[in-house]
Amino acid sequence: MNPMWPDFLDTECVAVPSNVAACRVQVDAARWCEAAEAMREAGADLLSLWGSDDSDRDQCLRVHAAYLLRDRLVVVEHAMPADQPIYPSLATRFPAAGRLQRATYDLLGIRADAGDTRPWLRHGGWPEGVFPLRRDVAATQTWPVTSSPYPFVPVSGDGVHEMTAGPVHAGTIEPGRFQLAVVGEKVLRLEVRLGYTHKGIAKRFEALAQRDAHRLAAHICGDSTVAFSWAYCAALESITATTPSPRACVLRALALERERIANHLGDLGGLANDAGFAFGQTQFSSLKEQLLRHNAELFGQRYLFDYVVPGGVARDLSARVLPGMLEEIAAVERAVGDLRRIYARHEGLQDRFLGAGRLTPAQAAALGAIGLAGRASGVARDLRVDQPWSPYDQSTPALATSTEGDVAARVQVRFEETLESLRLCRQWLQALPAGERVCDVPVAPAGQLGIGLIEGWRGPVMLALETGPAGGIRRCRAHDPSWQNWPLLEVAILGNIVADFPLINKSFNLSYSGHDG
Amino acid sequence: MFDILSRIRRTGRLSEPSPVPDTDETASTTIQRELHAVFGRALCIRHVDAGSCNGCELEIHALSNAYYNLQGAGIRFVASPRHADVLLVTGPVSVNMEDALRQTYEAMPDPKWVLAVGDCAACGGLFGANYATRGPISAIVPVDAVVAGCPPTPLAIMRGLLQITSKRPA
Repeated sequence: MNPMWPDFLDTECVAVPSNVAACRVQVDAARWCEAAEAMREAGADLLSLWGSDDSDRDQCLRVHAAYLLRDRLVVVEHAMPADQPIYPSLATRFPAAGRLQRATYDLLGIRADAGDTRPWLRHGGWPEGVFPLRRDVAATQTWPVTSSPYPFVPVSGDGVHEMTAGPVHAGTIEPGRFQLAVVGEKVLRLEVRLGYTHKGIAKRFEALAQRDAHRLAAHICGDSTVAFSWAYCAALESITATTPSPRACVLRALALERERIANHLGDLGGLANDAGFAFGQTQFSSLKEQLLRHNAELFGQRYLFDYVVPGGVARDLSARVLPGMLEEIAAVERAVGDLRRIYARHEGLQDRFLGAGRLTPAQAAALGAIGLAGRASGVARDLRVDQPWSPYDQSTPALATSTEGDVAARVQVRFEETLESLRLCRQWLQALPAGERVCDVPVAPAGQLGIGLIEGWRGPVMLALETGPAGGIRRCRAHDPSWQNWPLLEVAILGNIVADFPLINKSFNLSYSGHDG
Repeated sequence: MFDILSRIRRTGRLSEPSPVPDTDETASTTIQRELHAVFGRALCIRHVDAGSCNGCELEIHALSNAYYNLQGAGIRFVASPRHADVLLVTGPVSVNMEDALRQTYEAMPDPKWVLAVGDCAACGGLFGANYATRGPISAIVPVDAVVAGCPPTPLAIMRGLLQITSKRPA
């Protein structure tokens, strides 16, 4: 262990129920900084940062930082007196902390002692000084919207002009605002503003029962519904020491990989389309549609919403459908292989992909890139490989990585991951274990913390669940990897031409809803 | 080039009406014909995500794939509300999108219709109304038709478009 590693991170850590190795430690402000420094030295990612209002329990507000090490998750918690909710900022050590800290202030009034203080999730929908996640704010309380212009960082100089896109975009995509400063055709600066789809999900969780809230988790981010609902169920099952059957675990993994495949197919088509190669879009969107139709037949839902339920899954697969599924896998494999060759040989397409939106491994490491975008820039991490949970402990995927960090690299990683997911699905279908579809999950006692950590198609999805009395929920923090990766886009776009912005943005394909909560 | 042409040939024509066993799916061609009869080639849709989880957007995207081929029926998504006949709205209207939704609606020329797509747009869905959401789209702009579902299938969205066309003023 490196010399910077303080003892309390080992001796005072308490295990947290989770599907991966996880622990938590309570610290004061000095140790909060010490822990952050040690984590940075150890190469950990700041996976998430959130606050909680415990004033009803011990007159404290808390800030929680979840660090992801190669072999475990460590949650560092710092309590502050409710009348002085201020803590040392982590933003200089972990750039990803900046927006998380701003969001934590908007929702709970807990302020970092340095850094950007502009609101992030509060756009004027609730008054300044009101913190909706505080316990004294009723779940149904609302306020009229007041206009609140956002102070983008102004850019000026000879030949600079600024372009604004959003929040309503030209295509069918989620809302967000992009402020581009441009010189000629080249992008000098990009500033992204998010929060438009903030739905108060954390507050909503607190009104739901433990046994029902997986449905809300499934709708945090519609394209990652399996990942989020599995993370929720893993948290709840860990708290209650429930173990789903091996069959249920494999069925969940099949669903998770099918979600990954569907999204990758969609993106591979969309990326070709954004580069002017409509053939790719037609081919891949057809493959995706076929997969979704099979999902509806086999799992009961095209996008697998509500398929993962506490204790197992909503529907079993009969032996009758397995040969058809194996044929489907072979057919998709063939088609993806064909299309990959076509993409590789298409000079016009490669000309747009190669070198566009490059995020170097050094930049990726400095910014804390995670998930798919990280892997395309040399961050060789995947929870399915690093900290495998059942059934990934039995069948591990090969890691798909690149060090190029451009659009082409993110395309390459998608191709490789698609083929790897298909291979895993085949392996599982050839030896589907026996077991119950679903088992009973008892009501968890109040005051328990459980963490679900799942590698979704975009990257690690984390859900920290704290139970409340009478089968309720006290606090639920759901974290989408887009928090880490949105700032990457602002770096990758620099020096590229404006016309490549849609292509580069698509190559990251980050979530708005998952981020905004 | 040869491999592209070969792949196109092998893919064949996917757009329904190609015969498919599922009777529900052939309905898409009937809907396409009826839409076509009312609007000719003029139906232009502007989509606004007013706080959706992105599930409905995935199905709206699917409308453009070779199977549903919405563009083949003369219906297209347009970049500006100024060009739109129909505003297709998803999500439980987050307060952060309330102004943008209202402004988009106001920017559309008359006559105009609003289609609320998905359970959230219809009634607030799982999210309901709270400090950050307003619930149904009808709380902010007048709604002409609603497509239920979480998310609704592409076919259901096409049916919803048809419901609007039948309400067209004489």
